[in-house]
Amino acid sequence: MELFLIIILVLMIGGAIFSLEARDLLSAVIAYGIVGFGLVICFLLLQAPDLALVQIVVETITLIIMIAVILNSTRDEIKPVKGKRSTIFVIFVFIFIGLFLYFFNRTTETLSAFGEHVMRMSKAYLQPGAEKTGSANLVTGVIFDYRGYDTLGEATILFTAVIGVLTVLRLKGRKEK
Amino acid sequence: MKGMTIIVKTVTQIVCGVIFLYGIYIIVHGHLTPGGGFAGGTIIAGSFILLILAFGSEFLALKKEETGSSILESTGILIFLIVAVLGMIIGGLGIFFINFLPKGVIGKLLSAGVIPVYNVAVGMEVAAALLTVFLALLIYRDEVLK
Amino acid sequence: MIVYILTVFLFLIGLYGVVAKRNLIKIVIGIALMEYSVNLFLILVGYVKGGTAPILSGEVIGKVFVDPLPQAMVLTAIVIGLATTALLLAIAIRIYKKYGTFDIREIKNLKG
Repeated sequence: MELFLIIILVLMIGGAIFSLEARDLLSAVIAYGIVGFGLVICFLLLQAPDLALVQIVVETITLIIMIAVILNSTRDEIKPVKGKRSTIFVIFVFIFIGLFLYFFNRTTETLSAFGEHVMRMSKAYLQPGAEKTGSANLVTGVIFDYRGYDTLGEATILFTAVIGVLTVLRLKGRKEK
Repeated sequence: MKGMTIIVKTVTQIVCGVIFLYGIYIIVHGHLTPGGGFAGGTIIAGSFILLILAFGSEFLALKKEETGSSILESTGILIFLIVAVLGMIIGGLGIFFINFLPKGVIGKLLSAGVIPVYNVAVGMEVAAALLTVFLALLIYRDEVLK
Repeated sequence: MIVYILTVFLFLIGLYGVVAKRNLIKIVIGIALMEYSVNLFLILVGYVKGGTAPILSGEVIGKVFVDPLPQAMVLTAIVIGLATTALLLAIAIRIYKKYGTFDIREIKNLKG
């Protein structure tokens, strides 16, 4: 099972690199779709069916909005300017990546190996979860009953983002030159 | 924006009602099977977006404003808040978000107290939010980028 | 362990896209790649070998469940990622309407 995950992650990384280096914006967006749909298969392999349902629809809507934005403006990528690439820049990049991987290594030493999760806190949610909330789906029970206040915060973020979109794209009350 | 070919229009007429019904099923059975409010809300928004894309904005004669769907979105989150505050008043312990309706047998449709109400409220809010964003982009494109 | 390192590599690719690219759409793609990699990392931490999805159906004795807490966190994070990407794209299309280009080096003038 871990082998399948590694294969799909390598495909996602290939899609991500191609999407950032493409010379045409439409190819970049279609390669970005590979990452999204590969993530759906990863969620199914990791036994999370709610997340696979949400991710597949969200990815489709994101692709629709991105293609609509690109086809109404421009499709070209900016011509790369061959500037003076100083060596100090490259050295800083390698130092930064080295620091990042070192600190990441120190952080994951406290995590268990992949697949042997010590469910210390989750036992308190799993065992009495079904009787106390009354729902057979434990993820829904955690979202709306044990952690309902956080779901209110998430719904507020969604509402605020939509208010932001409506403000940016406002048409009435503006003087066009 | 123009619509698509006649094959897409015919298939959309058959399919978009089924997608809408599937979204409602995922919302209502949120406490029994995988899914819940967020997944069902995005599926319902997907069915409306399919309808708009297949038939074009001129055919549907959109009213050129997105006020209706933003009223629905505000109603959804208001219901969420009112039920949460009702838990503080009725529940008897003064706790925000307490589950105060009776929890029935695990596995039946009418169980889990107040969770199905939360699912419906969140589903309505998410579907209306995504539809508002899509309509705002569509109206901007039609009015400005002629 | 290899799975964790590959996920962090995906995050670093997204970070490279935000820092080093000049096109606004590629910056938005970089931000979205970073969000996807963080969601995947949270679910990877909570996986138990031989576990099933945390939904009760049938008999329950002797079943090993995967962790439901990270799944509850990531479920809303996915929808919020969509909302923030839509907001970024709305700003991008307004910038294109005003300046005529997506290049970030030419949109620095604070004209009226």
